[in-house]
Amino acid sequence: MISLKVNGKPVQVDTEPDMPLLWVLRDELGLTGTKYGCGVAACGACTVHIDGAAVRSCVMPVSAVAGQSVTTIEGLSADGNHPVQRAWVDLQVPQCGYCQSGMIMAVVALLKDKPKPSPAEIDDAITNICRCGTYVRVREAVQAAAGLS
Amino acid sequence: MTNTTSKTIARPGRREFLVRSAALGGGFAIGVPFAFDAAAAEGPVELTHWIVINPDDTIVIRIARSELGQGSFTGLAQLVAEELECDWSQVRSEYADVNEHVKRNRVWGAMSTGGSRSIRESQETLRKAGAAARQMLVTAAAKQWDVPPEECTVAMGAIAHTPTGRTTRFGAVAEAAAKLEVPKEIKLKDPSEWRIIGQSPKRFDIPDKTTGKQIYAADVRLPGMLHASVMQCPVFGGKVKSLDESKVLGLRGVKKVFRGEDYVAVVADNWWRANQALKALPVEWDDGGNGQVSSESIKAFLRTGIDAKEVPVARKDGDFETAVASAAKVLDSEYYAPYLNHATMEPQTATALYKDDTIEVWVGTQNGEASIATASETSGIPLDKVIVHKMHAGGGFGRRGPHQEYTKHAVQIAMSLPGTPVRVQWSREEDMKQGRYRPVALVRLRAGLDKDGNWLAWHVRQADQSIFTSVRPADIKNGIDPVGVRVFNDMPYAVPHFTNEYAMRNTHVPPGFWRAVAHTHNPVFRECFIDEICVAAGKDPYQFRRPLLAKKPKDLGVLDAVAKAAGWGTPLPKGVFRGIALTDSYGSFTAAVVELSVKGGTVIEVHRVVVAIDPGYIVHPDAVKAQIESGVVWALSMVMHEEITIKDGRVEQSNFLDYPVTRLSDVPSKVESVLVPSGGFWGGVGEPPIGAVTPALCNALFAATGKRIRSLPLRHHGFSFA
Repeated sequence: MISLKVNGKPVQVDTEPDMPLLWVLRDELGLTGTKYGCGVAACGACTVHIDGAAVRSCVMPVSAVAGQSVTTIEGLSADGNHPVQRAWVDLQVPQCGYCQSGMIMAVVALLKDKPKPSPAEIDDAITNICRCGTYVRVREAVQAAAGLS
Repeated sequence: MTNTTSKTIARPGRREFLVRSAALGGGFAIGVPFAFDAAAAEGPVELTHWIVINPDDTIVIRIARSELGQGSFTGLAQLVAEELECDWSQVRSEYADVNEHVKRNRVWGAMSTGGSRSIRESQETLRKAGAAARQMLVTAAAKQWDVPPEECTVAMGAIAHTPTGRTTRFGAVAEAAAKLEVPKEIKLKDPSEWRIIGQSPKRFDIPDKTTGKQIYAADVRLPGMLHASVMQCPVFGGKVKSLDESKVLGLRGVKKVFRGEDYVAVVADNWWRANQALKALPVEWDDGGNGQVSSESIKAFLRTGIDAKEVPVARKDGDFETAVASAAKVLDSEYYAPYLNHATMEPQTATALYKDDTIEVWVGTQNGEASIATASETSGIPLDKVIVHKMHAGGGFGRRGPHQEYTKHAVQIAMSLPGTPVRVQWSREEDMKQGRYRPVALVRLRAGLDKDGNWLAWHVRQADQSIFTSVRPADIKNGIDPVGVRVFNDMPYAVPHFTNEYAMRNTHVPPGFWRAVAHTHNPVFRECFIDEICVAAGKDPYQFRRPLLAKKPKDLGVLDAVAKAAGWGTPLPKGVFRGIALTDSYGSFTAAVVELSVKGGTVIEVHRVVVAIDPGYIVHPDAVKAQIESGVVWALSMVMHEEITIKDGRVEQSNFLDYPVTRLSDVPSKVESVLVPSGGFWGGVGEPPIGAVTPALCNALFAATGKRIRSLPLRHHGFSFA
């Protein structure tokens, strides 16, 4: 049994220690907001927070996060009213939306680290892939959430 | 506002689904050859098959096309709501049920969502449905009041008879309205009267996409469900020769090894376990005889099309050979574009449940009818016992239309496990190696100019792979794929002597529609070659095109609009250069200007992209803007990064590490949309913005570096984005 905290609740999972956190979340705990996109930490669709830091959960063995606190998109806010989520709705960012859970989690972590990021800092930090190409609005919404626009 | 589909799908139990369908079907279906059970008197009322009105005045509008993020769930509803004269804040959307569609003799029309067709193909039907329902509601109210219907007014979901001071609401008269005949004479509003079309209400699908609540096919979870990971023969057209399931059957969570004709699958209680076991499963393949094919052999095959003496002629104006013989200047260039993959963010996924002689499928699809047909054909179960739940797709771009192998896999595996739902999700690697790829193309272009630099003669010889051969063979005439020759055979420029020849060269690599398809590479070939002509003639590329478009006012209109908005001809900062290009596609007209600078000869910084579009009418301006922004990113990705190569008969790339795509840092800070709808026609917007951007960028790159790029992607020429 591996113990961890997910969205504030203690959970115990009985899985292989090398099962990536992504699949523990999706297939063991039923938290499907976190997406599978590549499995090799290349796209960021699986981004969650571990003790507040953005992590690509598809390559993170669950045993490596034992005892730590995991936040997924479902735990970001109770009602979808996190400032980043609000900016995403205000600026109508998502298209297909599949990458957006990970995108939002990456942006929340960026703004926690750098509340007023420069355009270059946004470009450097947000490396998630959005195949629909919502990047123009992602950039605008990051600035809106940071109060920069 | 949330859409009802997501709520339904969040709890996708079959029993509940049927209960809900019956409720919405109601007892008031009109003009359809399908009998319903009587519904509760206070229940929802169907007014035409497109609209359901609830007693509380909320309105559900059914959507036949798929929501891929382009906004169809909202835009198509706007078309209905405009004529219905309802209160937009009361409107929701849901998918027209595919099984019901079959039972009602395809009452919702085409469900195919591609070719930028959703709005332009359905706008008239949807506006008429809204108008018909409105007339029925007014007639019902007038009857109750015993007044002439023409004395009644209707606005915001309320009907009023001013002379007697009476008012009522849609929900109160819907049941009576549903008993009336659907009117045949329908007058639509003049566009000047529109109050919902042309606005940008918040898209219905967005809130759930910011909270993780949106359920994609990948997220379907059913009681007792198992997960499957699939591997198809890596050489297209090959088959399974042998496998050794004993190596994986004892692994934790593994429930079954499935052997298909051309694929194997491992079924487990967790997708990661299924995929780990699949990777450990020894499989031998029969490559079907294509194990020697490579990108080089394919290119040599294309060259036979360029070199062939005679090939089919798609268009011939005047006499190229005579004209070019007398030309003062002759240009002769060859362009090449590789295979490309869709790489939707959600790898191909479908879930199926086989139970009591029915098959139920959950799939992200661009064509619900293709999905139900695939499920029926694969299972042998008649269409009326096949239930398809359309899920919002995690990206489409043409991948989830006619090619439904993932649906086939889910159905076949589920049928081997009766009563157990099976969720098939391809790995990213499988998705990369089993695409339906944007075809390769090799093109030779020749032009003759007179001594004043006037463009007299043009010859285009294309050698490329046909998509229609596999999906619509009846539409291939005289050996010509009508998709392949787009951009050339319908080119708008007045060149007196023009020949377009087409040599079909089909390989074993399966081709497919890809966002903008032929309007991704053919515009590069055409518009960059015209830039070459401008350089040879010593003429400005904007001014050179204008007189050639004198009889094409829509093309000229967007070219002028983009030149004006971009300030074409005005001075630029030192080191910044411009390029311009034009396309018309999917019923719309688009032109683009790109401004960029190049550091150290290879590092490109795109500063500004301006795109002008004339789609006739615009339903949701913000969604059009979003499609332009999105199209710019698609174009940048294709021009710089993307390439699928073939070795030993199989795709070499496997993931985003070796199939790079555009990321945020590539995207220019300024992407400007210039919307110039001129009215009188309906064009698409999902694909048209792409075509002009790519050649405009290559033309700006030539202006900056003097390097003419004639094969993509740019990274093979040493370029990168800053």
